[in-house]
Amino acid sequence: MQKFTTLTGVAAPLNMINVDTDMVIPKQFLTTIKRSGLGKGLFFEMRFDAKGKENPDFVLNKKPYRKAKILVAGDNFGCGSSREHAPWALLDFGIRCVIAPSFADIFYNNCFKNGILPVILPKKDVMRLMAAAEKGSNATFTVDLAGQTVAGPDGERITFDIDPFKKHCLLNGLDDIGLTLQHGKKIESFEDKQRASQPWLYR
Amino acid sequence: MAKPKTLFDKIWDSHLVNVQDDGTCLLYIDRHLVHEVTSPQAFEGLRNAGRKVRRVGATLAVADHNVPTTDRSKGIDAEDSRIQVNELTKNCRDFGVELFDMNDIRQGIVHIIGPEQGFTLPGTTLVCGDSHTATHGAFGSLAFGIGTTEVEHVLATQTLLQWPLKNMRITVEGKLPAGVVGKDVILAVIGKIGTAGGTGHIIEYAGEAIRGLSMEGRMTVCNMTIEAGARAGLVAPDETTFNYLKGRPKAPKGAQWEAAVAFWRTLPSDKGAKYDKEVTMKAADIAPQVTWGTSPEDVVPITGKVPAPESFASEDKQKSARMALDYMGLKPGTPMTEIPIDYVFVGACTNARIEDIRAAAAVAKGRKVAKGVRALVVPGSGLIKAQAEEEGLADILKAAGFEWREPGCSMCLAMNADKVPPGKRCASTSNRNFKGRQGPGARTHLVSPAMAAAAAVTGKLADVRKLA
Repeated sequence: MQKFTTLTGVAAPLNMINVDTDMVIPKQFLTTIKRSGLGKGLFFEMRFDAKGKENPDFVLNKKPYRKAKILVAGDNFGCGSSREHAPWALLDFGIRCVIAPSFADIFYNNCFKNGILPVILPKKDVMRLMAAAEKGSNATFTVDLAGQTVAGPDGERITFDIDPFKKHCLLNGLDDIGLTLQHGKKIESFEDKQRASQPWLYR
Repeated sequence: MAKPKTLFDKIWDSHLVNVQDDGTCLLYIDRHLVHEVTSPQAFEGLRNAGRKVRRVGATLAVADHNVPTTDRSKGIDAEDSRIQVNELTKNCRDFGVELFDMNDIRQGIVHIIGPEQGFTLPGTTLVCGDSHTATHGAFGSLAFGIGTTEVEHVLATQTLLQWPLKNMRITVEGKLPAGVVGKDVILAVIGKIGTAGGTGHIIEYAGEAIRGLSMEGRMTVCNMTIEAGARAGLVAPDETTFNYLKGRPKAPKGAQWEAAVAFWRTLPSDKGAKYDKEVTMKAADIAPQVTWGTSPEDVVPITGKVPAPESFASEDKQKSARMALDYMGLKPGTPMTEIPIDYVFVGACTNARIEDIRAAAAVAKGRKVAKGVRALVVPGSGLIKAQAEEEGLADILKAAGFEWREPGCSMCLAMNADKVPPGKRCASTSNRNFKGRQGPGARTHLVSPAMAAAAAVTGKLADVRKLA
């Protein structure tokens, strides 16, 4: 997994609540057996019309935001399906940080597995950043994970909270499986005990 | 005396393998269901790292999202879908995982076959790369959806890294009125607490109305718990649960059955156990529900009207309601029962079990699908399909003009060929009315199976209680 330390880039405003993962990446892109190449399907139905032509009104089709690295959105971002294709699509497009007042749990977790930082901030801060993001090419933000801050174009730093373990794994690009396998003995002894007390779970 | 525990606390505490100083928990996973869409990259990861599936006996796979619901003898037409299903077959063979393939009578929707086979058991932790894994909570199993990286983690280690969740209890007091079923209960719950109301929580459902539900009804309620933002729903196991599970192929047998039931009886929340949040509803206040917008929280009783965006308190919600009405092609103030429909879909992990098909058939009996309406019934598994045929339900539905199809996810998410065309309106028993969910431009109204059948025979959204 790619490390996340600091990120400076254009922030795109997506001022909508309940952006679900069907919107982020619709089902016609889920038949892939790869993780890569999903950027073309990101927000597909908002980005393109029925004939596959770009919708000029959609934020990611506007000039400064075509290279956005950060997305600012409304409440409950990433609700719905557990599809990890949603963070894969964001990542493939180039977005490595999403800022919102709240996230759906599964999507939030999936981000951390893919080097994407989801930042939760109070609504009033998100709305200030949303207004800043609407300034087009001047909408450059800097996100510092170690310092837990987001700085908008005016330079003011807003601090965010994050679970310390998730932060550690993201900062160092650590993969969970390797870490978990260090507890192999504990897993074995758990299974031994459970096999004795609930043998019906073992077949 | 030990601190009273909730059902969730009991399952959580008994599955902790390790707790780090920072609070990160390593949770043991007893049961893992796998399907074709969210697993190929996970198996690829195992292969690249030279890892095995740690417990094949705790893992069960099925193809459901991509499979055709018409004649399967010639395989799958769409190349990418065919590749994905074949990939699952190959991965299961290579790694020794049990698979119900497309032509196995036990094949069906992953959240329907788990319970049907007795693979889902009380007191267990169960995961699947699918958000509707919440369904299995109906058995008192802590069951939640995970991403593909986590699927790989579970395959390799039989554990997951997790962080403590909060407990919410929703109590539905009293008996449900006639014509009101599990689907209406959960839609009413989502209408009340919102699609983010359960974020960071698990929801335990309690009260007379929940106790009175069959396992099928409880599964419907738990299934859509994810639509309320909670990762998992739970119902305490009781006689209804044990009666459903007894004799199922993968359920314990003989002395082990007795021991298991004795253990399962210890699982319900202790008296005096504390919840982080409590919500109480009266069953008598719940009418058959129907959605009007593009989020499951956009719901009203069938006796209601399409709401005006200005009627919502927050600016955010007003804006999303305007967008939803525009997409849905609806005008504020229109009575719900005056909305004509083009399609009806009875199916999905929410409502494709035998009880659901019986409910649809009871309405369809002696009636005809309205002119211009296309109505599909897609059973949740091959076994349910066979049972419905034996009970004569398939004949009733076919005589009424419903299409009777092979099992799979079908028109719930339209990954296979079953799609609602752009601009067309569908009364659907599925779980999500998101934009484009049932096909690009498709308009979805979520309802119960009886309400879907009522819509089919009247050609409009209809109050099933008023069908003479």
